[in-house]
Amino acid sequence: MENNQQHDESVVGHIAPASMYVAIWAVLMAFTAITVFAATIELHVFNIVVALVIATIKGTLVVLFFMHLRYSTKLTMVTVVASIFFLFILFGLTMTDYLSRGWLTYPGH
Amino acid sequence: MATAVQTVERENYLNANYGIKSWLLTTDHKRIAMLYLISITAMFWIGGFFAMMIRLELLTPAGDLVSSDTYNKLFTMHGIVMVFFFLIPSVPAVLGNFLIPLMVGAKDLAFPRVNLLSWYLYMAGGITALTAMVMGGVDTGWTFYTPFSTTYSNTHVIGAAVGIFIAGFSSILTGLNFIITIHRMRAPGMTWRRLPLFCWSNYAAALIMVLGTPVIAITLLLVAFERAFHIGVFNPQLGGDPLLFQHLFWFYSHPAVYIMILPGMGVISEIVTCFSRKRVFGYEFVALASIAIAVLGFLVWAHHMFVAGISVYAALVFSLLSYLVAIPSAVKVFNWTATMYKGSIRYNTPMLYAFGFIGLFTVGGLTGVFLASLGIDVHVTDTYFVVAHFHYVMVGGMVMAYMAGLHFWWPKMSGRMYPEGWAKLSALLVFVGFNTTFFPQFILGYMGSPRRYHAYPPEFQVLNVLSTAGSSILAVGYVLPMIYFLWSLRYGEPAPPNPWNAVGLEWMTSSPPPTHNFDETPVVTWEAYDYENQPQEEVTIGH
Ligand SMILES: [Cu+2]
Repeated sequence: MENNQQHDESVVGHIAPASMYVAIWAVLMAFTAITVFAATIELHVFNIVVALVIATIKGTLVVLFFMHLRYSTKLTMVTVVASIFFLFILFGLTMTDYLSRGWLTYPGH
Repeated sequence: MATAVQTVERENYLNANYGIKSWLLTTDHKRIAMLYLISITAMFWIGGFFAMMIRLELLTPAGDLVSSDTYNKLFTMHGIVMVFFFLIPSVPAVLGNFLIPLMVGAKDLAFPRVNLLSWYLYMAGGITALTAMVMGGVDTGWTFYTPFSTTYSNTHVIGAAVGIFIAGFSSILTGLNFIITIHRMRAPGMTWRRLPLFCWSNYAAALIMVLGTPVIAITLLLVAFERAFHIGVFNPQLGGDPLLFQHLFWFYSHPAVYIMILPGMGVISEIVTCFSRKRVFGYEFVALASIAIAVLGFLVWAHHMFVAGISVYAALVFSLLSYLVAIPSAVKVFNWTATMYKGSIRYNTPMLYAFGFIGLFTVGGLTGVFLASLGIDVHVTDTYFVVAHFHYVMVGGMVMAYMAGLHFWWPKMSGRMYPEGWAKLSALLVFVGFNTTFFPQFILGYMGSPRRYHAYPPEFQVLNVLSTAGSSILAVGYVLPMIYFLWSLRYGEPAPPNPWNAVGLEWMTSSPPPTHNFDETPVVTWEAYDYENQPQEEVTIGH
């Protein structure tokens, strides 16, 4: 029951002004434009890096504001951070294979 | 409490209302657990039938009973049914569903309707996968390795994959329900440190279900897309990498081993402490070992890929990380053993199964350490050594724990006692049958007998005959409980609320519990497993 109260507060807490949502939307659109523009410049491997960095920023904005994570309980934040952490484990440990596959050379290769 | 002479049966969740609709539309976690019990038992016999066909084929060196193609389908379907439709849901969906609300002192799980939905998803997934099998089957192995599953196999890969995909959502929903119930619905006084270890281990397994299952779902979807639309993910000709499949698959499927075993470990913790009449040794360590296993389990997956062509440096890292899982697993085994030390041990059926679990899981776990070391793994990869290893963990460990739990809580679930003599016999048959089936496979594998062939050189016949003979003993050991459990529903003695004189909230309500579990919300003022402060006298059956 005591948790309900906590929950109620967070409900009240995240009534944010409409102007903020419009501002976030504008930022997202701007980043979309930058993504399209960046794709037209030849940056070699950095094309994908730039695209992913922008996408990450946009995703973070959506989660923080549109999905109200900024105004959520600590437990919700821990949940989100934990899932991202596990995604990094998936990517990170998989990359230990892909990045080091060529290190050892075999005779004839 | 139980003074009233039970001439008129008290209202409980089983007799509260009748009719097929009252079951199929129920939101009572106890009834949903029974629905799961019936469905996964059916799956167990289907998977078991495939296993018996495999063992019969391997009775003789020549491939004579079934063709090699049929044999490929048999071991594939055995694996798919047993892993995705029996082992993964078994303890959580049946015992967890039934017991977690009772153990934390709640009226139901946090989301009863979602719980029912999870059963329907399980059924939809199961029927989809079985349909694929009836229509001709799958032959890729339960692991669906690419490029075979994407490019070359002409069997019903998509149907089976979609079935597993759907069942995966059932697993995610069950996991979510457990996590939220344990966080939010604990009775007053039921602190995290007083939480039964069964809840801790199901909580750990639920974390894996929620974090891991989406990855297998996406991976199988990618296989289906590559088969159907030739999108290049795993096919090198289309710019993909076949090993990427194995990375993604095992990212889920290694932790999935812990989805299967962790809830089983929870069962064993409950039983060992109850039948030793002692507080579990090192409660905090056993509880946190569950969480440690869940987390470490995500860091070890490429030990399934040591000979697949991954980088040797990555293999080194994964080998080292795999060793680490042995630590929390050993913590549990040592602590169960320490719990029994100087305890007043009673040899009831659940405890016999628990003994079996501890011994067989230790063998399975230690041979896992062998396999984590690169040198040995290269020698025994894809041999019967691996088959024996994971059956020691999955059947010797997990199925033993499931049987232990069924026998421990059957009086609570059904309100009836089963015949103890027959039950002890079945525990013995399962133990003997299991070892006769799978120990020879360690030797076969070490001698180099490869898995997944329907024929083998004649010098391997003696060990294979032993294995097949053992599997028939094992089958009898599994048929027996099925018979006496059904028998007990009608003829068994009515069970008292607490036949084992156990502590734990689930024993403080009647057997079977009423629909709302407790007449009044319990308030917990004592520590978990407070056996030392309990009356030592046994409350005997039928007092
Ligand atoms: Cu593994």
